[in-house]
Amino acid sequence: MLHRYPKRVAIIMLILTALVAAFPLWGEAVFGTQANFMLEKLTLMLILALFAMSLDLLVGIVGLVSLGHALFFGLGAYTLALASPDFSPASMWWMLPLVMGVSASIGLFIGVLVIRTKGIFFIMTTLAFGQMLYYFISTSQFAGGTDGVFIMFRPSLAIGERTLVDLDNPYSFFYFCLGMLLIGYFFLRWLTRSYFGQVLDGIHDNEHRMQALGYATSGYKLIAFVIAGVMAAIAGMLAAMQYGFANPAQLGWHTSGEVLMMLILGGMGTIFGPILGAFAYEILLFIYEHATTHWPILMGLTIIAAVLVLPRGIAGLIIAPPWQRKRNNDDAPAAKKEQASEAVQSTTPRKEG
Amino acid sequence: MDLAFFSVQLLNGLQYGLLLFLIASGLTLIFGIMGIINLAHGAMYMIGAYLVYDLNLRLGNFWLAIMVAIPIAIALGLIIERLFLDTLYKRDHLYQVLLTFGLILVLNEAQRIIWGGDVHRVPVPAPFDASIQLTDNLQYSVYRLFVMGVCLALAGVIYWVIRHTKLGIIIRAGAVNRDMVEGLGINVRTLFTLIFSVGVALTAFAGMIAAPLTSIAPGMGDNILITCFVVVVIGGIGSIKGAFWGAIIIGMATTFGAVLIPSLASMVIYLIMAAVLLVKPRGLFA
Repeated sequence: MLHRYPKRVAIIMLILTALVAAFPLWGEAVFGTQANFMLEKLTLMLILALFAMSLDLLVGIVGLVSLGHALFFGLGAYTLALASPDFSPASMWWMLPLVMGVSASIGLFIGVLVIRTKGIFFIMTTLAFGQMLYYFISTSQFAGGTDGVFIMFRPSLAIGERTLVDLDNPYSFFYFCLGMLLIGYFFLRWLTRSYFGQVLDGIHDNEHRMQALGYATSGYKLIAFVIAGVMAAIAGMLAAMQYGFANPAQLGWHTSGEVLMMLILGGMGTIFGPILGAFAYEILLFIYEHATTHWPILMGLTIIAAVLVLPRGIAGLIIAPPWQRKRNNDDAPAAKKEQASEAVQSTTPRKEG
Repeated sequence: MDLAFFSVQLLNGLQYGLLLFLIASGLTLIFGIMGIINLAHGAMYMIGAYLVYDLNLRLGNFWLAIMVAIPIAIALGLIIERLFLDTLYKRDHLYQVLLTFGLILVLNEAQRIIWGGDVHRVPVPAPFDASIQLTDNLQYSVYRLFVMGVCLALAGVIYWVIRHTKLGIIIRAGAVNRDMVEGLGINVRTLFTLIFSVGVALTAFAGMIAAPLTSIAPGMGDNILITCFVVVVIGGIGSIKGAFWGAIIIGMATTFGAVLIPSLASMVIYLIMAAVLLVKPRGLFA
């Protein structure tokens, strides 16, 4: 998985990041009075990109397909909503560690159970645990049942009396989310290139061989599961700050399905792909919702089409554009063979069990 | 809890469990033989219920409605298998999950377009629209007994086909080693189409006979799907026997959980699943 990507990947991502970061400069010129609304949408996309990226660690890097990742997203949202004081803002200095601690312990608990399962069993059990928390929250009095919980005050980020970042201001919150996304990205990039990441990559390719080499693969998978959960919970916390409430729907399995969709649309196993996927998904959603009230049909068909014709996602298009593949076909049979085998490797199922 | 009340709950649990078995058996067959995880399975249950609701209004006869609805469900299964799943057999589960998730969105929204977002009911059909008086203030619906009988009969047929016919031998062999079955000259392609259509038809049929017992509402398939996942995980994926006992366990746990520990009722089945996973990570009968 630890490919060296062509230079254009870095160039495209840098340009896009600069474009997004400069939105306050060009937003008003393009969207006029809609600029504030668009800023909110953009902030949400940044948050969802972090969420999708956290799932990539599980699905793309380790090869564990989770259909319950929304559990952690919702957990972050509810931890923030329930731990926030009613009449004053919480401090980010203890809220962030709290969210990370809660999600890590629940991730550890669930992880111990689900890591024992493989392949399709892992999909089903993660889904079932996600729904378990969903039903628990949506029938609990203290968590507001199906209505969810409102967050009266966003947490503050201050040293003493001095505010570092005013999270109530949409512009500074936008940059705060962008910062979190970048931290998440560079963290995952570092993690996947570290020794730990190499082992995860080995597990993805052939778990039995890694076990034969003496690696306790369950432990590695469990740690990856917990890390992915903590990152998703941070994204969930940011989402709850953005929405101003925590809602059971954030925990539901439709959210888990949507984030998987972002992952596949962007290109899994690439870390940067899910970011593109989250943006693409939200933009498509925005267009479909405006086109028809029956937008789920369009979204469903888009998902089906993406699975059938674009299994490597947008990232796959950037890394190996169709025209380049064609050129290889014409004048370099050896390169073609190599590329074909690489393509097969990343799209075919790895034997499990 | 007196004896009469207890036996009513027991019957309810059994009836719900048997219905779950019909749905879960399709799910587990499709996975066991074809290696496909079909999230749209629950949506087919919903479509079965809506088909019967619609046809019952048009034709004025519940039994006739079922007779017409079954071929429609089988046809829908055939179309889905040929159009979408054909390309997915050799691919990772991830793509199956996503494609069938897309199918759920399409089917759920198609349901809204055709039948709207209202909740509907189907009247209990004659001649089963009566009740048996158990005690002075407890009675039991004859239709529920009928549903139980039908489910048990179907379970018997499935058991017989799998144990005692040539098709059953192929199915069992396919669950163990698909490539070997293909190598022995069995047309796996046709077998897949057959299994998928039968699995989908079983689910849709469950939705049809359950229609007079439940309210027919959008999204009813999503809940049943996840319950059936729990059934299959408990029983062991690919095992019909596991699906049967898993379904009975979940049916009983749901019914008695709602009566005995209402505060935890929605969690009970997941707690059972967690307990089974702790002891037997591959399910009770795998």
